[in-house]
Amino acid sequence: MSIDLSQFKQSFLEESDEGLDVLESGLLALDSGTADDEVIHAVFRAAHSIKGGAGTFSLTEIASFTHVMETLLDEMRDGRRAISKEAINVLLNSVDVLRELLDAARDDVPPEMSRVNEIQAKLEAVLNAGNNQATEDKQEAETESEQQEPEADGWVIKFHPHEHMLRTGNDTVRMFKELAALGDLENRVNLSGLPEFEHMDPELSYLSWILHLKKNEQQGAIDKAVIEEIFEWVEDDCDLSIEPLTSEPDDTSTSEQNDSPQPAEIPVSETITAADNVIPITGESDAQTVPSKVPAAGVQQPAEAQQKSSTRKKKATETGSIRVGTDKIDTLINMVGELVITQSMLSQMGEDFSMDKIEDLREGLAQLERNTRELQESVMRIRMLPISSSFQRFPRLVHDLGQKMNKKIELKMFGEQTELDKTVMEKIGDPLVHLVRNSLDHGIEDPQTRLAAGKSETGTITLNAYHQGGFIIIEISDDGAGLPRDKLLNKAIEKGLVTEQDNLPDEKIYDLIFHPGFSTVDQISDISGRGVGMDVVRKNIKELGGNVDVRTEEGRGTTFTIRLPLTLAILDGQLVKVGNETYIIPLVSIIESLEIETDNINTIAGTTEVYKMRDKYIPLVRLYEVFDVQPGTHRLQDCLLVVVEGDGGKAGILVDDLLSQQQVVIKSLETNYKRIQGVSGATILGDGTVALILDMSGLLTLAKEIEPVQNYQNQTYANG
Amino acid sequence: MPRSILAVDDSTSMRQMLAFSLKGAGYEVEEAADGQQALNIAKTRSFDLVLSDVNMPVMDGIELIRQLRALPTYKYTPILMLTTEAGTEKKMEGKNAGATGWIVKPFNPDQLLNTVKRVLG
Repeated sequence: MSIDLSQFKQSFLEESDEGLDVLESGLLALDSGTADDEVIHAVFRAAHSIKGGAGTFSLTEIASFTHVMETLLDEMRDGRRAISKEAINVLLNSVDVLRELLDAARDDVPPEMSRVNEIQAKLEAVLNAGNNQATEDKQEAETESEQQEPEADGWVIKFHPHEHMLRTGNDTVRMFKELAALGDLENRVNLSGLPEFEHMDPELSYLSWILHLKKNEQQGAIDKAVIEEIFEWVEDDCDLSIEPLTSEPDDTSTSEQNDSPQPAEIPVSETITAADNVIPITGESDAQTVPSKVPAAGVQQPAEAQQKSSTRKKKATETGSIRVGTDKIDTLINMVGELVITQSMLSQMGEDFSMDKIEDLREGLAQLERNTRELQESVMRIRMLPISSSFQRFPRLVHDLGQKMNKKIELKMFGEQTELDKTVMEKIGDPLVHLVRNSLDHGIEDPQTRLAAGKSETGTITLNAYHQGGFIIIEISDDGAGLPRDKLLNKAIEKGLVTEQDNLPDEKIYDLIFHPGFSTVDQISDISGRGVGMDVVRKNIKELGGNVDVRTEEGRGTTFTIRLPLTLAILDGQLVKVGNETYIIPLVSIIESLEIETDNINTIAGTTEVYKMRDKYIPLVRLYEVFDVQPGTHRLQDCLLVVVEGDGGKAGILVDDLLSQQQVVIKSLETNYKRIQGVSGATILGDGTVALILDMSGLLTLAKEIEPVQNYQNQTYANG
Repeated sequence: MPRSILAVDDSTSMRQMLAFSLKGAGYEVEEAADGQQALNIAKTRSFDLVLSDVNMPVMDGIELIRQLRALPTYKYTPILMLTTEAGTEKKMEGKNAGATGWIVKPFNPDQLLNTVKRVLG
């Protein structure tokens, strides 16, 4: 039968990806000297598994490439080879090559071999720099079976198992059956080794055999290698000789038996021709049935369980498809159980309800609410993954870039187990990389500058993640040079983003780095500053419903703080009313809400309305105009102003009334209808009606389009 | 009653491959991802054959074999190592721990089944 193995390739590739991550992080730990023994073992095991799997699934390039890696790692693991920086670097390169090879296998395309060969040559060079013994014993097995003796009529097999052979679960009956399947088997057992019955240990083997295996008509000639294969597993547990059968019928072999004092050789004239003939004379199968009352001297060494500590902490860093921990599922099942109980309690109450039970009903409903909320949270948790899967690429990044720029950098990571929605995680990856590169490139100074500034030579980049309310906070901080306030300001003035009279507070100046097209790098390096600026970072984060801020102190360092919702599926919203419509404004974008004082409304350039709020002017957006609905009132003093912050700055949104604040489940409009500017989605309210969720950035842009184009900002500053 | 096999390997794809091939040949298969898991399962029931990878986290195959052999139920149960090491060193270590024999990786399902048939008859 033949089995199609390609169906397992996907799993192999997935687990190899995980293996590569282990390899990479392990190598980096080894490089920084923070590794314990277990790390090199884990690294070796990862390479070993990839090699094994690749061989099984016929991915020969991967198998042969990892073989060299494995050999090198094996020597390091055994302490035969020192763990050198050079070797680590080549191994890290190999990880990259392996990743390419795996990608090629995934896409079913032939891999790009030039780089593979280049790195493989480097690996081999490292390997050969030391002793090159390790590769040799690998060939041994192949050559072994190749020697073919000339065809013989049969074989004389002298087989004397060592006493302990049976302990490995090898069974002479099985081996003899296999031999008997090859030809005619004649069997002589030598009982001379049998001790007195009371000294007999049922677990030991005392017998030896001389077997004559003759070729017969059906099976034809017998290859010596086939016989050897049958004894392969026990060759070290027995004395074995396999000689061609000589023409002499009764043979020289007895001479060997002479050393036994009483040659109690019992000829057994049984000829076994078929495999199912169970041989009744295999002494030890008898011996096995002897009740084991016999004290066994020197036998009882019951493999003392030297418990290898299994306390090794296992980092859960699975990626790819979601793997849900059983504890999460158990919690979920538990919740559902409680929900069912509450439901049955309520329905029982409903059967004979009277007003005196109103308290119980309230309590029941409160419980139902609690159950629902807990259930919701548990379900959400299924989509949550530890952020470590996003963080794990940074050690390598920092290592490589640090080397490239001749900076000494230590990367510290905290809160790696902080959980985050999978979708959010996937989208936050690139912005994070950008910020870390930025810290590396612009933040941390070179060692000389640092020493001159009285700092330690090694710079530190810290990644930290933690939960705060319904948000995850990710901080990227460095102890580098900090942002140059004056330089930023000059550049902004030069670019016409602000004027000298603006008198911006420091935080606003630092915030300028997120402005489109703003870069302070004098010389563009290939690390960062390639045009993809901080504005894109902020834009991406805003798209996820989050925000990014910067805090900095010149000479002391910079900290970027990213604030993201834990999930994209649920949102904290403020329900607002305009006429008969209900809209939802994400709570994150609301700064404050206030009653309108009509005196504060001005019109600039004839059409654009602005509202004066504490000496600042913000554009006024009449929601009913934007969405063309009938407002409840045109009297401004009866309306409320919700001050929000979108991409383009602050704005005031005019609504009829504020309703409740609540968590809403986001339903995509795009998948059900089409994309609408200013609306990020919809939700279904408690009473079954649909409410649109507003997207502030889109809404403000839309509002500008409806009114004649104006440059609010300049006007605002001019007036202010 | 189909013959039962305990398949131990930390690699999911290998386990899948083992289970698929063996089940296809009519064996009953249980899987374990490391030595400790295998040992826990082994303590609850008996198997006709144990197939175990050598290099595994938590508890490696050699230690598993040693511990299994210490259990009365597994004194004579055939235990085969799945090893990539063509060299004798690992094989000897396994043999000393009580392994019956080995299958050298990489192997294809046919080779696997042939060897298993050899042992289980």
